[in-house]
Amino acid sequence: MHNREFTSAQTLCSSYNIELSFLDALHTMRLIEIKIIEHHRVVYHDQISELERIIRLYKELNLNLEGIDVVLNLLEKEQQLRNEVVTLQNRLRLYESD
Amino acid sequence: MAFIDYYKTLDISKPASEKEIKTAYRKLARKYHPDLNPDNKEAEKKFKEINEANEVLSDPENRKKYDKYGENWKQGEEHERAQQAQRSQYRQSNQQGYSNSGDDYSDFFESMFGGSSRGGRSPQFKGQDYNAELRLGLRDVYTSQKQVLTVNGKKIRITIPAGVENGQVIKIKGMGAEGRNGGPKGDLYITFVLNNDTQFKRVGDNLYGNVDLDLYTAMLGGEILVDTFDSKVKLSITPETKNDTKVKLKGKGFPVYKNEGTFGDLIITYQLKTPSGLNEQEKALFEELQNIRKDA
Repeated sequence: MHNREFTSAQTLCSSYNIELSFLDALHTMRLIEIKIIEHHRVVYHDQISELERIIRLYKELNLNLEGIDVVLNLLEKEQQLRNEVVTLQNRLRLYESD
Repeated sequence: MAFIDYYKTLDISKPASEKEIKTAYRKLARKYHPDLNPDNKEAEKKFKEINEANEVLSDPENRKKYDKYGENWKQGEEHERAQQAQRSQYRQSNQQGYSNSGDDYSDFFESMFGGSSRGGRSPQFKGQDYNAELRLGLRDVYTSQKQVLTVNGKKIRITIPAGVENGQVIKIKGMGAEGRNGGPKGDLYITFVLNNDTQFKRVGDNLYGNVDLDLYTAMLGGEILVDTFDSKVKLSITPETKNDTKVKLKGKGFPVYKNEGTFGDLIITYQLKTPSGLNEQEKALFEELQNIRKDA
């Protein structure tokens, strides 16, 4: 198993200029996972790009967390549909080349 | 360098209030924000345009200047050049490290306002995403492999996992353009274009292939040697095998993407080949067979 790298919630808050309560709210809504390691709240590095995206949506578009949750779900669905389109296009190509 | 109608960009009228400008900007930003339109260059371009319009119109001083010169901005250019030089000096001495505004603003904006008009107060934005296409043969993606790509003059070492699909896009984080105002770097999106020069057809992780089967082996059974993607396997043919019979060879298909050691299946379809150019003896024997079937 790989060791996942992490950063403390405190450090992230000062780097991204956000409140700890904001991170907690993201955790409560299951948008970001916060773990407790040696009595410290930490966020794994593989979650940081998602955190950055959420912060951008929050700050730049003034979306509330519920709105962000909806947006992320829709983007995920859109990605699934894009993948499905690629698969179907590849399948269609099989018949078109016959 | 063409004049840009920022009011038109934000779809508002000239006497619009600050609140109306803010509302119009927010509405368009929600529509064209790059995070909501991944891999959409048109949206990204539009987002930059509305940002630029907002930077000018939401700042009373900039708006006044823009309204004053408007379409005749060129006449005021001379006068502004001196002011720009002053501003530029100020920026250099006060905002060290801020170096990326060129790509984000139009020439019109640069000429009139000389880059970011708000300096440190401007929001941070992710850098532009880069898109690249990588053409490979199907055999190339049967195993994971490392490749060095040159994107915008930068060498990037990537590992292409086995089992990549044709048309699949992978994202390499932080390999796009620099962010704006200290924002994060953009990402690099690589689209795989796979050329299938093999005898197999690929559907997802499964491979499909046809194998010719002679009439006698099909009728009487036997053993044949069949090509798989990377080797050969011996197959037992059951007597009286029909044309178009399909056999599934488990785990002999294509590697499952990012699931090392797991493979799809290879589906073989038997294509019966009837003999041609029969000699007299063969003809006689077939007639005999025919008669036996008639009598039965």
